[in-house]
Amino acid sequence: MTAFLSYLARRLLAALGVLFGVSILIFVLARVIPGDPARIALGPMASQEQVENLREELYLDRPLPLQYVEFVRRLAQGDLGMSLYTRREVTTDLAEFFPATLELVLAGGLIMVLLGLPLGILAAYYRNRWPDNLARVLSLLGVVTPSFVWAIFLILLLAYWVILFPVAGRLGDAFVPPPRVTGMVTVDALLAGQWATFRDAVHHMVLPAFALAMAGLGQAARLTRANMLDTYGKPYIEMARAYGIRESTIAFKYALRPAMIPTLTILGLDLAAMLGGAFLVEAVFNWPGMARYAVQAILRKDLNAIVGTTLIIAAFFLLINILVDLIVGYINPRIRFRREAR
Amino acid sequence: MVQVFRSRAWFRFSRNPLSVIGLAIIALVLLLAVFAPLVSPYPAHVGTFTNFGEASQAPSGKYLLGTDTIGRDILTRIIFGFRVSLALGVVVLLLAVPIGVLLGLLAGYFGGRLEAVIMRITDVFLAVPPLVLALAVLGFLQPNLFNAMMAVTVMWWPWYTRLVYNLTRSVRTEGFVTAAEVIGASKAHILFREILPNCAPSILTKMTLDMGFVILIGSSLSFLGLGVQPPTPDLGTMVADGAKYLPDQWWISVFPGLAVLFCVLGFNLLGDGLRDLLDVEV
Repeated sequence: MTAFLSYLARRLLAALGVLFGVSILIFVLARVIPGDPARIALGPMASQEQVENLREELYLDRPLPLQYVEFVRRLAQGDLGMSLYTRREVTTDLAEFFPATLELVLAGGLIMVLLGLPLGILAAYYRNRWPDNLARVLSLLGVVTPSFVWAIFLILLLAYWVILFPVAGRLGDAFVPPPRVTGMVTVDALLAGQWATFRDAVHHMVLPAFALAMAGLGQAARLTRANMLDTYGKPYIEMARAYGIRESTIAFKYALRPAMIPTLTILGLDLAAMLGGAFLVEAVFNWPGMARYAVQAILRKDLNAIVGTTLIIAAFFLLINILVDLIVGYINPRIRFRREAR
Repeated sequence: MVQVFRSRAWFRFSRNPLSVIGLAIIALVLLLAVFAPLVSPYPAHVGTFTNFGEASQAPSGKYLLGTDTIGRDILTRIIFGFRVSLALGVVVLLLAVPIGVLLGLLAGYFGGRLEAVIMRITDVFLAVPPLVLALAVLGFLQPNLFNAMMAVTVMWWPWYTRLVYNLTRSVRTEGFVTAAEVIGASKAHILFREILPNCAPSILTKMTLDMGFVILIGSSLSFLGLGVQPPTPDLGTMVADGAKYLPDQWWISVFPGLAVLFCVLGFNLLGDGLRDLLDVEV
């Protein structure tokens, strides 16, 4: 237990270090770009006085290191400043838009794991037969097709031509959004006990979540397959067979568990990549997440909003990585005791 | 040229039909892009041309892939769109690869404080999901093709640093490196003439695969309206414009979408083939 705790502490510290680095990176990016951020944000029509006021508000009139210290001091208090576009606190905006994106990414991750892993196991079991070929084609198509193109294909096929799913949005007109607790409509509907609303929300989520998951789905299957086959070649599997242990027990207990370790790490990366993909998919499905907010922020040079969006996504990415590491540490006790090897 | 096709490497390469298909796709896209004004049916439709009389026409003998909402031939714009995509891929890799490779060599060979600094910085860049970092960089620049190239370059070099760093670490204790050190070869000689050639197959394979992914990211940026600006034809922009006219005028967005897929597929198949052929990890 202590080994596990110290492992956890080490991982958290490392993640904090990286997040600190990201804050410097974003801060430097925001400041080294030629031109006065305040002038760019306000546009050429603004008066000199307005620009000066904004410079003061953003601490742009101080020396760089002082600006950074001020930035971190406010950050530590959970203050990301005002969005120049919505005229609200960036934290308020993020709290409004991020849960919708998170909901979509988690749904995509769920699809990736729940369909990708079994497909990979089948592919390893039926090597070079149809499940294997299906995994192969899916992984190739998944990787080479941009998620916004998946989104358009899925919408055309399954929402317009064969009417199975709604075209856009999060809930049908007949439904009142459930009371906001987490900001994720499916979870909130469950918390409020509104089953019909929950089903409608899931129904709306299927296509965008699939569009998002396609890139990782085939890859997850291929990876599981390769790693399963790898462990199947190990002598201890041979020994289990010689003991007469059932083939299904060997598959799930002996082959799958070690095969999961390298797979999980990649799945974590795929889940993080979905945060980027979500920007594209949301645009197609008119999903009220971060995409529109971030694109508007970028087009309007809304410094605080851009910094806030990037930071929260980086933090989420690191969190996923830590979770994956913890799960891997749980599956593979050897890792916990090894010092961070580089 | 004849020698290439007779060589053993080509023989082994051509045994894998998928990589040959990949090479064929790339050759086709490249030829179309280079000779775009000659091979496209309506070169005049590239710019701000309008022909409302023939707007939103479905694919037909006259317009093979249909026309967009202001009457421009979609096939022509896709062919010219390949130019932008390829240019983006080439420029990004030409900038990102040398930076990434150099930093990876330095960190892997010298170790110590230099290694710590370079690799921690690399970690920070890799801690922001791919597309998001490009978006963040574009957030501080005006959206156009050049800045999109810069943004993708900023997010791309760390992958090469990490790759070359790992490769360098695995060969730096090999006999030929020690031998070069013992006879007093310069550091530059050891880095670029001894170690780098050993990393070259991996770098080349990764570049082939990445060419496709850079094109994919570039089209994603312009899909969001943050890359190439109209009226320059770009595949991502065309998909975004067409998405508004689903489902009735599906060809406006579907064909440019397929064109991105086609292009990325070519580089991916070739890259996979090279990986098997050269037996490298990327």
